Amino acid sequence: MTFQKYLVLVGVALFASAGDSLLSRGMKDIGGVSLHNLSALIAAVRNPWVVLGILFLIAFFAAYMSALSWADLTYVLPATSIGYVVLALIAKFVLHEQVTMLRWVGILLISAGVSFVAGGPALTTRPADPAVEDEALQAVHARSHS
Amino acid sequence: MNHLYTWAGILVIVITSVTGDVLLSHAMKSVGDVGERYRRTGLVPVIGRILGNPYFVLGIVAMAAAFFSLLFALSWGDVSLVAPASASLTFVGNAVAARMFLHERVDRRRWMAAGLVACGVALLAG
Repeated sequence: MTFQKYLVLVGVALFASAGDSLLSRGMKDIGGVSLHNLSALIAAVRNPWVVLGILFLIAFFAAYMSALSWADLTYVLPATSIGYVVLALIAKFVLHEQVTMLRWVGILLISAGVSFVAGGPALTTRPADPAVEDEALQAVHARSHS
Repeated sequence: MNHLYTWAGILVIVITSVTGDVLLSHAMKSVGDVGERYRRTGLVPVIGRILGNPYFVLGIVAMAAAFFSLLFALSWGDVSLVAPASASLTFVGNAVAARMFLHERVDRRRWMAAGLVACGVALLAG
């Protein structure tokens, strides 16, 4: 694991929680959407908070796919669940929401889970080796052109 | 009856999102380390390689199905039940599916992690 890869994992966690928070903030302006007034969704995508939230979720998806290209699913998911903890801390200290005792216990459990998985190896399966594969491809091309 | 609908909805969400995660993970493993590929070939070939992977496309379809089943389940049940129940069951489901289909070595450390995070998420959202 390089420093850059840790940054990608932090990105997965932070972009997801930031995106969700921004969408939640934006949808408070829009109000309830039901199957009967789907036109409200069109108003939603014009809301700057929602637009920003969608941009963050796109960044989340890119970071998530990047992480899955070099780490196990059972490593990436627990490791990035630290985002839930960040979200709760934002709720407490930025939005001044009440964080109950039960939620603090939840934060503690998630942190314990993250530290468990972070201490182990990131990849336990053999990944596709790009260099070997490309050499094989080039060999095939060379043969077909000769 | 409504209760049954809610739990059926949660089950569909869990199955579709686990399917999506497993397919996307499989797709990205066969694409290979994207950082390394980006340095060697540039951005456009990497994106083309990802979008050209059939497992990736299927994974996106499964994720879209998960999203819409979440919307439907939310119209039947309370968000305080549907969101934490589906999120935490998805963590456990992913651990089982990753072991079965992706052949990841899910050791005791990872089972503990999945279990603790699942409990934590359930408490946090509850």
